[in-house]
Amino acid sequence: MTGAIWNLLLGLAWVLLSGDFSGLNLLVGMIFGYIALVLIEPQVESLKGYPARVPRIIGFVGFFIKELMQANLRVAFDVLTPPWHMQPGVIAMPLSARTEMEITMVANLISLTPGTLSLDVSDDRKVLYIHAMFLDDEEELRRNLKEMEHRALELFR
Amino acid sequence: MIEFIKGTLLISGASFMLLAAIGLLRLPDLLTRMHATTKAAALGVILIMLAAAMHFADVGVVARAFAIIVFILITAPIAAHVIGRAAYFVGSRLWSGTVKDELRPNYDPLTHELKSGLETHENAKRHPRTTDPD
Repeated sequence: MTGAIWNLLLGLAWVLLSGDFSGLNLLVGMIFGYIALVLIEPQVESLKGYPARVPRIIGFVGFFIKELMQANLRVAFDVLTPPWHMQPGVIAMPLSARTEMEITMVANLISLTPGTLSLDVSDDRKVLYIHAMFLDDEEELRRNLKEMEHRALELFR
Repeated sequence: MIEFIKGTLLISGASFMLLAAIGLLRLPDLLTRMHATTKAAALGVILIMLAAAMHFADVGVVARAFAIIVFILITAPIAAHVIGRAAYFVGSRLWSGTVKDELRPNYDPLTHELKSGLETHENAKRHPRTTDPD
């Protein structure tokens, strides 16, 4: 968090000093600020782990957009063609997320991808119940969900 | 070139929204309808906002477009989750083609307890009833 704030401040300083108030210039300033933070990371205790986290976040956003498009097209195909190919059902997914915050985030990400909708968490917070639209290949679906959870948790640990 | 990208974004955004509307009419039960409406509509709004940001290319508009995208991404799944959860526990019936339901055997409607029961894969098989909507 401190890393992100410093990165933004360095970007704003770049915009002020170069005198070009545009979004693109702010982006350039943030990139230079990021490079500066990478260079001073070994000396500053509170910056630990920030430089490694940024590429992971960018990678996760790319991965998520890919999943989103694929799943949306699949649902679209089933809605538009007359026979139903879907096999909906409620499955239980064991969670590796532990804190409330992590569970909220994983459940939200699962709800955001079409074809899966998180229904509820068990009282002991160990299992997430998901309504899935395509259960014809359940193993594959579970593997995808696990991969998404794993990647999302990596961002915060 | 940029005109072409903007046009593609607008048309695909609008068709995702149309798709959400068709899905709402065609799909058989509430939970599958939630799949079609919330996500396709959210993706439609995101694509249209991106097109708007590219068209005006102005700091104020771009910032607002990104704020709209972020808030849609935060609120859409929560709304879908709350509606789906409420409908399931109130007793909205599932489609007759539903293949399995691992939640029902772990839920106690009297105490509202929800167990995690990881061992109950066998009794989670769903038996279609005559009262299910088609």
